[in-house]
Amino acid sequence: MSGLVVQGVTVKAGERTILDGAGFTAPAGAVTGLIGPNGAGKSTMIGAVMGLRRLVRGTIAFDGANLPAMLPAERARLCAHVEQFATTTERLTVGDVVGLGRVPFQSAWQAAPSAQDETAVASALAAMGMATFANRLYQLLSGGEQQRVQIARALAQEPRMLLLDEPTSHLDIKAQLLVLDVLRAQAQAGCTVLLAMHDLNLAARYCDHLVVLDAGKVVAEGTPADVLDPDLLLRVYGVAATIVQVPGKPYPLVIYDSAPNTD
Amino acid sequence: MMPRPAYVMAYAGLWALLLASSAVAMTLGPAHISVGEVWGTVLHHFGLLPDSPVSRLRDAIVWELRLPRVLAALGVGAGLALAGTVMQVLTRNPLADPYLLGLSSGAAFGAVVFLLAGAALLMPLGAFLGSLAALGLALLIARLLGGATPSRAILAGICIAALASAGTSLLIFWSATGDSYREILSWLIGSLSGANWGDVGLVGLGLVLCAPIILFSGRGLDAFAFGDAAAASLGIDIVRLRWTLLAATALLTGVMVAVGGAIGFVGLVVPHAVRLAVGSRHRVLLPMSMLVGAIFMLWTDTAARSLFDPRELPVGIVTALVGAPIFLLILLRYRRVT
Repeated sequence: MSGLVVQGVTVKAGERTILDGAGFTAPAGAVTGLIGPNGAGKSTMIGAVMGLRRLVRGTIAFDGANLPAMLPAERARLCAHVEQFATTTERLTVGDVVGLGRVPFQSAWQAAPSAQDETAVASALAAMGMATFANRLYQLLSGGEQQRVQIARALAQEPRMLLLDEPTSHLDIKAQLLVLDVLRAQAQAGCTVLLAMHDLNLAARYCDHLVVLDAGKVVAEGTPADVLDPDLLLRVYGVAATIVQVPGKPYPLVIYDSAPNTD
Repeated sequence: MMPRPAYVMAYAGLWALLLASSAVAMTLGPAHISVGEVWGTVLHHFGLLPDSPVSRLRDAIVWELRLPRVLAALGVGAGLALAGTVMQVLTRNPLADPYLLGLSSGAAFGAVVFLLAGAALLMPLGAFLGSLAALGLALLIARLLGGATPSRAILAGICIAALASAGTSLLIFWSATGDSYREILSWLIGSLSGANWGDVGLVGLGLVLCAPIILFSGRGLDAFAFGDAAAASLGIDIVRLRWTLLAATALLTGVMVAVGGAIGFVGLVVPHAVRLAVGSRHRVLLPMSMLVGAIFMLWTDTAARSLFDPRELPVGIVTALVGAPIFLLILLRYRRVT
């Protein structure tokens, strides 16, 4: 099948097992949400797919190709990665940062971006509604604007797979919806989108497919309506919740009731 | 940050300034020699002019004293500025300079050991070996701490630098007598006095070997702006790139230190000044830093040898006197915009 297929992936940090035989699929043309409590292994999973973490066991395939065996540059032309925080001490304009997305396509001998690079940067900026920001200094932007620049940088990579680690966690609600709308549009254009998320209601609203990680294992996988149920939320998050169906909305709504003391 | 024609103009302007500065610098000094005489002598030695336009003594002043000194200053300045830029990116530390990982202290220790062992002529070799040993030790310690990440390497470098400095002080205190104090001190501060064609050859060799490796890594250095993981996900083989660049930078700095001692501030201030003007795109920043570093070093060295004529200052004093205020200005400017 096309898209991302992760099977039996184990990743360790020293002696500690972070991912423990985790497997799931993220179909092409869909937005897949990776949810689970802090420390469940969401970021590690994204790092593993991106080739930043060594696999002890397991396979990761994208469109049938063995991702961990690829050369870094080859992988970077296929998938783009957006980190949770991206800070720099360098003096870069927004255009320079988005231009970094073209690094995988440039040779060491190339002195300046090609016409194709410049087109990709311009359309990525436009897609994020940041065309007028190109000459502003990245360091002077707000956190939300910086995050949008990072996503524009990922779009400039023209990736077939987008991996994002909590891309909306420090954005205001409008910026969150803007970012998620852009990701939806990317998925509709055929991209495989995988993002780690904390906000279950946004996950239900925007994801076609949810994967629930808990203590390094995948404990549930499916559509938001299938996955989000009170038992699972209590088991995984330790939270009592009610799931309601709002008339006229196709997605479920999670209402958090309490965090019962389970000790 | 600048449109492309502006870069071309900037390069052309800097090259013109460099050539003009060199010509002027060679006329300055105790003996008054005009620009025309300087060019005539140089062209004569390149075989382009059949007869030397000046006396043999003046010919020797230009060809044996001033030209090698000017070329050494240009090369050392370019090399230190380049090495400083790379260290600032690789360690993600704006205060980094070429000596960050204990290189200068190691070099001083090596030089002093050779000097006191009676091998004053081999001081540059001692400096070179000392700097490489310091870097090797710093990286080894960082590795033992669990991987040569930037912050661990810096901490290990501080440790090695302190040890090497203590060793140097101990050796000087224990055994140096009479004029060797002066020689060691001048060397510790950094000086290009007595630079000869051999030094020029060494500096040139260091630049020819190391600069291309660094200049062609501009793309990879750009990708480091947001850290290791970001660089790796842009397809950069970060381990290979970091070690390659550290090795090239250490070799380059080792050579520069061997020739001129631990000349400070050039490798710290020049990259910041150029970054402020042209931004952090390394395919522009690296070559521009080299040019600006060369010109800066040439003028500070010319001032060091001619301002207090007949006495000569170690150039490190001048680079610090000029560099520290410039650095302050840069910091103020940064504060305004961030």
